[in-house]
Amino acid sequence: MSSAGGFVLPVILALPLLGALFVMLVPRGEATVARGVGLVVSTATFLVSLLALTYFDGKQGGYQLATDAVWIKSLGVHWKLGIDGISLWLVLLTTFLTPITLLAATSSIDKHVREFVAAFLVLETGMLGAFVSLDLFVFYVFWEVMLIPMYLLIGIWGGQRRLYASIKFVIYTMVGSLLMLVAIFYVYVQHGQVTGIYTTELLHLTADGQRLGLGQLALPHHAQVWCFAAFALAFAIKVPLFPFHTWLPDAHVEAPTPGSVILAGVLLKLGIYGFIRLAMPMFPHGAAVLAPYIGVLAVVGIVYGAVVAFAQDDVKKLVAYSSVSHLGFCALGLFSLTVSGIEGSLYAMLSHGLTTGGLFLGIGVLYERRHTRRLSEYGGIWKQMPLFSALYLIIVMGSAGLPGLSGFIGEFLSLFGTFNAADTFPKAWPGYLPSPRLLAAIATTGVILGAIYLLFMFQKVFFGPLDKQKNGDLPDLTLREKVVFLPLVVLIFALGFFPRPFLAKMEPSVKAFLADYHDKLAEPDGPAHIYGTAPDVTAQLDRAADELDQAAARLDAVAAKLERAVAPDNLKAGGQP
Amino acid sequence: MDTIKFLWVVPFLPLCGAFLNLVLGKRLSRQTVHFVAVAAVAAAFFTSLYLVVGPLREGYAAWKANGKTGAFELTEYLWTWISAGDLHIDLAFRLDPLSSVMILIVTGCSTLIHIYSTGYMEHEPRYAAYFGYLNLFTGAMLILVLGANMPVMFIGWEGVGLCSFLLIGFWFENEAYATAGRKAFVVNRIGDFAFLLGMFLLWWATHGVDGGKSLDFSMLRHVGETNAAVYEQVFWGRERLAAAAGILLFIGACGKSAQLPLYVWLPDAMAGPTPVSALIHAATMVTAGVYMVARLSFLFAASTTAMAVVATVGALTALVAAFMAFAQTDLKKVLAYSTVSQLGFMFVGVGTGNWSAGVFHLMTHAFFKAGLFLGAGSVMHGMEGSGDIRIMGGLKRFMPKTRWTFLIYCLAIAGVPLTAGFFSKDEILAGAWASHHDGWPAFYGKLLWGVLTVAALGTAFYMWRLYFLVFEGEYRGADHVAHPHESPANMTVPLMILAGLALVAGFVGIPHVIHVGGTAGDILHFFPEWIGLSTKPMELHLSNGTTYVLLAVASAVGLAGIGLAYAFYGKGPSKTVDQLTAGPLHGLYEASKHKLWVDEFYDRAFVRPFRALARGTFEIADRFLIDTVVVNGAGFAVQTFSRISRWVQNGMVQRYLVGVVLGTAAIFLWTARSEHPTFSYKEVPGGIEFRAEPGHGLRSDTPVQWDFDGDGQPDPGETAQVVVKRPGDVASRVTLFMADPVWGKRDRDGKPKNLTRVTRKVQLATPAAGSDGGGR
Amino acid sequence: MQSIFADVGFGHFLALGAVLFAIGVAGVLLRKNVLIIMMSIELMLNAANLTILTFARMHGDLGGHSFAMIVMAVAAAEVAVGLAIVVAIFRGRRHVDVDRLNLLKH
Repeated sequence: MSSAGGFVLPVILALPLLGALFVMLVPRGEATVARGVGLVVSTATFLVSLLALTYFDGKQGGYQLATDAVWIKSLGVHWKLGIDGISLWLVLLTTFLTPITLLAATSSIDKHVREFVAAFLVLETGMLGAFVSLDLFVFYVFWEVMLIPMYLLIGIWGGQRRLYASIKFVIYTMVGSLLMLVAIFYVYVQHGQVTGIYTTELLHLTADGQRLGLGQLALPHHAQVWCFAAFALAFAIKVPLFPFHTWLPDAHVEAPTPGSVILAGVLLKLGIYGFIRLAMPMFPHGAAVLAPYIGVLAVVGIVYGAVVAFAQDDVKKLVAYSSVSHLGFCALGLFSLTVSGIEGSLYAMLSHGLTTGGLFLGIGVLYERRHTRRLSEYGGIWKQMPLFSALYLIIVMGSAGLPGLSGFIGEFLSLFGTFNAADTFPKAWPGYLPSPRLLAAIATTGVILGAIYLLFMFQKVFFGPLDKQKNGDLPDLTLREKVVFLPLVVLIFALGFFPRPFLAKMEPSVKAFLADYHDKLAEPDGPAHIYGTAPDVTAQLDRAADELDQAAARLDAVAAKLERAVAPDNLKAGGQP
Repeated sequence: MDTIKFLWVVPFLPLCGAFLNLVLGKRLSRQTVHFVAVAAVAAAFFTSLYLVVGPLREGYAAWKANGKTGAFELTEYLWTWISAGDLHIDLAFRLDPLSSVMILIVTGCSTLIHIYSTGYMEHEPRYAAYFGYLNLFTGAMLILVLGANMPVMFIGWEGVGLCSFLLIGFWFENEAYATAGRKAFVVNRIGDFAFLLGMFLLWWATHGVDGGKSLDFSMLRHVGETNAAVYEQVFWGRERLAAAAGILLFIGACGKSAQLPLYVWLPDAMAGPTPVSALIHAATMVTAGVYMVARLSFLFAASTTAMAVVATVGALTALVAAFMAFAQTDLKKVLAYSTVSQLGFMFVGVGTGNWSAGVFHLMTHAFFKAGLFLGAGSVMHGMEGSGDIRIMGGLKRFMPKTRWTFLIYCLAIAGVPLTAGFFSKDEILAGAWASHHDGWPAFYGKLLWGVLTVAALGTAFYMWRLYFLVFEGEYRGADHVAHPHESPANMTVPLMILAGLALVAGFVGIPHVIHVGGTAGDILHFFPEWIGLSTKPMELHLSNGTTYVLLAVASAVGLAGIGLAYAFYGKGPSKTVDQLTAGPLHGLYEASKHKLWVDEFYDRAFVRPFRALARGTFEIADRFLIDTVVVNGAGFAVQTFSRISRWVQNGMVQRYLVGVVLGTAAIFLWTARSEHPTFSYKEVPGGIEFRAEPGHGLRSDTPVQWDFDGDGQPDPGETAQVVVKRPGDVASRVTLFMADPVWGKRDRDGKPKNLTRVTRKVQLATPAAGSDGGGR
Repeated sequence: MQSIFADVGFGHFLALGAVLFAIGVAGVLLRKNVLIIMMSIELMLNAANLTILTFARMHGDLGGHSFAMIVMAVAAAEVAVGLAIVVAIFRGRRHVDVDRLNLLKH
């Protein structure tokens, strides 16, 4: 674990938060100033986060740019940050999308601008924090911190049914998080009792028994399965995996454009990221047992999301369901537990962040001009907005996985990894589930379905006769909007043709992750779980008694002193008249 | 192996042109736009020519000297594209005889069609976009044919699909055109799905033995040559891996090359501008599947099952599409079905292991079919855009150049001796006749030959029907277009060049039996040999006599088709035809006219069910089952619970009190239940201990009385609550007497009048006698 | 002198106490007038007193007697405060119906 450049992560966490505080000082009416501050702060954050690239050593698999400080000593909570090849790109994706989204929000958000910018910056801190924290407690804090600004974004700046959507979003996510919290408690106690060190530090909790000198896993197998299931529920809701996805279309439809962009672009990735960063290293056995089932859910999600997307009339809903489909590829690749599958999963996340972010931004552009998201209200837009249409086509094609654009690499690698998972899968694959190869084959139909619904949407909006009166005088992209879309499109191309630099930085981390994973699976089963028996309660009582004794001794000493002080001799000597 | 370092220039040039025209096109003048576009493609053509000619001459010299051509294979590595785990894919290009031929065809045809387009698209407002797409297509197609490995090929493979989508839907204001473009892309994607799976399967089979270069063609081929077991391992049932991979990849080819059952997009693709149809949907893109099969010849050769599938699908497609072309009334539709049919011929070529014949027909077809489309475009240009052959006729008077060139193309496609189509088609037919592969029935090659011969007859017939209806007879369109006119030179010159090629290009594949002397002959015989370098050689035995007979049959069939067409349509639409189509041939005519109702069938069998499925899944599974029942159901349950608790917490003090009172009463009832007086007993050392269990109102010091001797009367003196008796002193029934302190009445002295009695049967685990003697 | 306990057991006193208490409870639960509710509460208190005294007598324990005195004192204080509140409410609202005294609910 290297700590070179350790200042970067605290700085990118602090900058947006300070920015948010600062924005709240801006007078209420000064929307432009507030927007400016938001843009400057988020751009600065992006620039600082680029420093992470320079400090990052792509040949190492461990955590880098690390900082470590004790936060809550009695609980063993450490303020521990660090990134590896897995989180590096997600951090950059977050810092990259935030200023772009803020810029795009200039026209879509016109009430409570100051508060909007503040919420958005807090959201950025929350997301970044979740990506860089290496302590379960800190992670959980950031994980929950994200919820609140997102809730506000949907609930205040959202559409007609914003309250329904925002409450659904929060409650749904909360339910999952709480189960995760229960599992966190269990892990904390179990680890503490087995190893004697009570800490929430991730590296300690994920270290297998061998490394801790136990000779066995700290968590027994069956407990791992349960804990993994609890974590998996939290993350599956976030991803969202079928059938935990119904909050997503509602949230997307009601969220304002910037909210949708960040929700699809970054927030959903936290689910997959949680799997790979927390759930799988902590509960490798649980992961190995449940991976086939999650793989099946992912495949169902791929096909199901795509099929349902085709039935939508609301553009946003269509893209929301397409997210379900695309994130299915991410989950599938991850649970193939192969190098290429995991890299594909990570890459698909990056690509999805760009393309789906772009799709939502584009819908925002249309919505601001026409104030409707119904497909049937559009048609022939290409005639009016050729530049926008061309850029949008590139984004759509990137999303549909056209080779040479970003989406292809991720999908290809994910499917590829899954296809070959049968050879390397660590545990026996349950016989009643479809084999990995068949799963990959079914998932590949997502390629067809993706083309069907995306092109359907594209045709309905951009092609056909320009027969709606209101579409007759739509202006093409403004300069600001061009600035928003250009970097996205450039990156979509870059990621498609030059994936090597991105993949190369991931590879050591992914390989280290897998090696570690297989090591742990080889460990003997842990002790039977021991909550309730509490073998060291007596020790704790002894400790408490000792402390009481010491305190009493101290009190005695004080009393003796006082006694001496009030002794008649001393009083006399003390200058009584 | 040479290391020329600018192979990348070939696809790069058109891509540059595309970039310029698409990004800056609006600000450029029309002259600049088409200059950029044409120059980019022409430069690519000349670069290709330069790149190919050198190795070609070297190879020829070697062949002249030793009778064998040296290997020609040039790979240019650009950068590592994807690298993850064991997977390692370079962005690399590969030039060998096969791709050499392809880049020459692609850039050559593309250049001519670009030039032609400057005339045809003259009045198009989106001029720059059109040329941008066309350039983009050329670039993508070049990537496809030059790709050194399957994923790079796949970039081009999907890239041309995208351009096809854009160009078919070029006039997107027409909803039907846009839909046609979408249909093309989606159907292609169905093929691509299988293509991807084929790639996965190939990698799975070859990783570890492929030398670290995943899916690289030369590596795959090398694996096949040195480690044949890889492709021949049993994979599924009794079939080899090569069969599974080959068939999957062939499904991909079916999508791209419009074979059964995925051909349906191609006729619709005629919605695009005609030069596009010529370039993409006739000469180049649709042949990508044939190219791919030839490229992977070593794989297909490893499984005769896969080859049988390819050949059978090809033959069926050739026949069915030819049949569908009979009754079409749209100029371009006829040509579209003709293209599908001709592609079927090519697949029979490659499916019978006759790789070079397939590629050879690909080349000649590119010339004459591109020419036919361009000719059709020229006709439509003169007819103000209409392609309805019912209102044409006699156009030879108005557009002689178009007519003569069209005539030549028709000769070529009908296979009239000495034209390009004659030689290439004959080679496929001969190859089919001669093919005997392991596992194929002996007659199968002949059967294929028969089917193709019928298809060839049909081809000659419908093409010449088209020719006669358009150019001969009386002009029937005076009501629609008063004065058809000939096209300008930039359109007719490409037509003439292509016509020239359609006449002479066949000689490079001249059959061995026809000996042409001198250097010219050497060159002609060298060419197939050279192409063969890229493919896996298959043995085809054919005696000279048979070859002559087959040549003769092919010629006869072609001429017969023409004759038949002349008989029916020689003077325009004839009464005979009307009588036949209304009478005995009515059913056939309708079937052909409605394309065997395949589109309708697909619509009912796939499109509408899918739409219903999507709708149903969304409404029933998503909205109702998951969202309403489960998700909101959980919320509803919580809400119901809270509604109930809200009714309780209503702020009405008196209702609270009802709860308090009822609750208290319940507690009293519950606790009073067990408090009737009783007694217990147990064995202790020294006897049996009896213990009174006081109920309500009975204090621990309340006197009690016992009856141990079983006479029903209290024993005197026994008033303690806890008594220990020796077992022998205890009867089988013991009674406890107590005064009820609450309800019990007393006499004057305060003594209880009546007593509560509790009687229990005493049963001990140990017999009474045993426990007696053992005491102290 | 003959003790009445010869014929009337403790049970009769307890039963009387229970009946009185039940009447009080019914009054509190069913009547809407605060005054009557307070009277019912008094009834319940006295029923409790009777029960306490019976038990005291039963066990021969004087503690119950003193407890009853305390209850009476508390009841008197409670009635004083309660009546004052009732009068204050009545002045303000011209009624003392508990169901209509729901200001805090809204």
